[in-house]
Amino acid sequence: MHPVLKTVLGRLGLGLATLFIVSIIIFSAIEMLPGDFGQAILGQAATEETVAAFRRELGLDEPPYIRYLQWVGGAIQGDLGTSFSGRNASGTDRSREVIDLIAPRLWNTLFLASVTAIIAVPVSLFLGITSALYRNSVYDRTINTTTLTTISFPEFFVAYILILLLASLYPIFPSLANVDASTPLNERLYRSALPAFTLTLVIVAHMMRMTRAAIINLLASPYIQMARLSGASQTEVILKHALPNAWAPIATVIAFNLAYLVVGVVVVEVVFVYPGVGQLMVDAVTSRDIPVVQGCALIFAVTYILLNLIADIIGIITNPRLLHPK
Amino acid sequence: MNSKAQKADNLIQINNLEIEGFSDEQWHPIIKGVNLTLKRGQVMGLIGESGAGKSTLGLAAMGYTQPGCRITGGEILFEGTDLASLRDSEKQKFWGNRMTYVAQSAAASFNPAHRLIDQTTASAIRFKIKNESDAKKDAKELYEALNLPNPESIGDRYPHQVSGGQLQRVMTAMAMSPRPDLIVFDEPTTALDVTTQVEVLTAMKNIVKEFNTAAIYITHDLAVVAQMADVIKVLRYGNEIEEAETRKMLTAPKEEYTKSLWSVRSLEKKPVEAQKPILEIKNIDAAYGKFKVLHNVNISVPRGSTVAVVGESGSGKSTTARVITGLLPQLSGSIEFDGAVLPKRLEDRTKEQKRIIQMIYQMADTAMNPRQTVREIIGRPLEFYLDLKGKEKEDRILELLEMIELDGQFIDRLPSELSGGQKQRICIARALAADPEFIICDEVTSALDQIVQEGILKLLMRLQKELNLTYLFITHDISTVRAISDHVVVMNLGEVVEQGIKSDVFSPPHPDYTELLLSSVPEMDPDWLNNLNKKRD
Repeated sequence: MHPVLKTVLGRLGLGLATLFIVSIIIFSAIEMLPGDFGQAILGQAATEETVAAFRRELGLDEPPYIRYLQWVGGAIQGDLGTSFSGRNASGTDRSREVIDLIAPRLWNTLFLASVTAIIAVPVSLFLGITSALYRNSVYDRTINTTTLTTISFPEFFVAYILILLLASLYPIFPSLANVDASTPLNERLYRSALPAFTLTLVIVAHMMRMTRAAIINLLASPYIQMARLSGASQTEVILKHALPNAWAPIATVIAFNLAYLVVGVVVVEVVFVYPGVGQLMVDAVTSRDIPVVQGCALIFAVTYILLNLIADIIGIITNPRLLHPK
Repeated sequence: MNSKAQKADNLIQINNLEIEGFSDEQWHPIIKGVNLTLKRGQVMGLIGESGAGKSTLGLAAMGYTQPGCRITGGEILFEGTDLASLRDSEKQKFWGNRMTYVAQSAAASFNPAHRLIDQTTASAIRFKIKNESDAKKDAKELYEALNLPNPESIGDRYPHQVSGGQLQRVMTAMAMSPRPDLIVFDEPTTALDVTTQVEVLTAMKNIVKEFNTAAIYITHDLAVVAQMADVIKVLRYGNEIEEAETRKMLTAPKEEYTKSLWSVRSLEKKPVEAQKPILEIKNIDAAYGKFKVLHNVNISVPRGSTVAVVGESGSGKSTTARVITGLLPQLSGSIEFDGAVLPKRLEDRTKEQKRIIQMIYQMADTAMNPRQTVREIIGRPLEFYLDLKGKEKEDRILELLEMIELDGQFIDRLPSELSGGQKQRICIARALAADPEFIICDEVTSALDQIVQEGILKLLMRLQKELNLTYLFITHDISTVRAISDHVVVMNLGEVVEQGIKSDVFSPPHPDYTELLLSSVPEMDPDWLNNLNKKRD
């Protein structure tokens, strides 16, 4: 078997193992949350028997490991359980499947993340490479200062400033990004413009600076001096000699930021009233809707592991030592 | 010949060049007004110790200064064009076209991401000296001329897929590919084993001669430069000491400093009387994971003597040291110290067993904690092994410093405030602090300049006499072995090829490998390489 395939399969295995451990952590962490769903729904006045009966109905009286196995077993088959909310003390059950709650929200989140990524990744790479090329020039310093400034402000602040500028003073984009499944694509893009722009400003600095640093770090290597002394121009040195060896760290930081776009954008979602997974999870935590919280956490974990796995694989296939073994 | 015609003969003329380097927040002079004239087809050797400025001068001949350096005066005339006054973008037209560079570490100087043939031909194609298919065809011919195996296909490999000696030859092919007027060789064989060095030197010498290319050959090794150069220039602290035609320089150096460089290799050791063995290694096999590195190694070390273990990289000499110290437990066989078997693993040895065997390392730099003062570095073994504290400890540290010929003012210094030779002396003092009987010296002088080497070797020999120490001296340098050893062990590919008293090992008949190793050590004779290759053919 080709060693790259072997390493990739190894990483895949490790990713699955990580996912397994994370699922245990998610489950235990939620076990340890204070408060009780039954108590919360039924109110302080409920008798202990009522609460116990309610818990039995939801399966909360089973020992934790049984509930864990049921949950994981279901999750593998795409069934994340049934939401707790929608039930009430009177016994009517209007609860929905967790997957049905999450799916449209996840689609929205992925849409916003993709739009942002399509803008932010090429921009960061371009800025990173050019600022490495014109190191210590006015251009380089301007780019560095600007991106540092945008990353230094809290996201909600950037978001409100953009709303003020581009929705209020110059009403180009809408300040509310309320989309749903029936919104057509162009309308969807139009409404998502401001949140995507905000997120771009937040993540560009990190990726751009890492690209610049990874390239500059390599410029001190003997093979770069060698390339210069064989007549390569500065552009050729950077694009042909430094960049091919810098993909691994760059891919890592891109993966990290893309993962953030999926799992960490709740503040931006709130500001623009964008119906993403982040808001869903926060709501679920407040209402102690455990299956939804677990489902969201698991999806976040999968996102992180998957993106880092891809970054790892890019690191492996761009390493000639692994790609072309002795 | 009038002066104008003479000038046209000169490929490079450097006049009164001054270069400064930036360190410790200020600019320091590196090259202090040096002149250099190189004719077409001429090979000049630049020699000197580290810090002499030889690499800086060699690169400056191409108009190149390393980041953090600047040219502050003088001119560098390449066929009459002053490279010192050009901008980088203008100099790029010369680099890789009229002049090329061969670096010290080929492994680090090839881009790991590209195939060798693409790197070899890049310059020739860039400057449209040849089209791609001609350049590749030519590269393959150069590979063949440089005696590379599989010249047709070796270029399709990546740098990590070929050995260091082969890479160095590929780099020579790369330098030759655009048919430059000048090649600067910067210590191109320093990182190679002696047997490989012979092949690379031969290849470089022939190809430079074949194409009548002028070259600047930078090295600290006199015997190597004697084979390559028509003229030799000696540098020290950024100044020229002297320049002369090679044979004249070797036989009759004018300056005192040059003479001292020439005489370093004249150390002699009186043989010690044979005593009972202090350490006996019996039938040792050892492996890193599944990779077996030592095969049935037997070595006997007589008390009070110096046993030199010689071999090339991969011969297992450092692994032997790791087995003796217990860092790498052997698979089978035993180690006896003073007749008693030592436990395999370091963890199972008593404090006393650890104390009597000490080690000195190649890189004094990395063998010391950069945040500890000399007092802490030497003081720790005193406290750990001998329970010395307070004034007793302080007195002993001063005593040890005196033994290694440094005075008490060094006690509060950090390693960064010491020179290379002083660092190695502190490491020796640290080993001595444990009051050992047996010291393993692992390539302790190979990172040092010749003159500093001599000082360290003399110190080790004096300490041996005074303290009745036994040394296991691991080295790849045959001249060091000749200078200091009583017994010699020759290792190759994890096996002991030959061992015995120095005079026996060094006199014929030799086993094949010893013969190859000994005959590959360059000698000061300028005809040595030619004669050797005639003999081997």
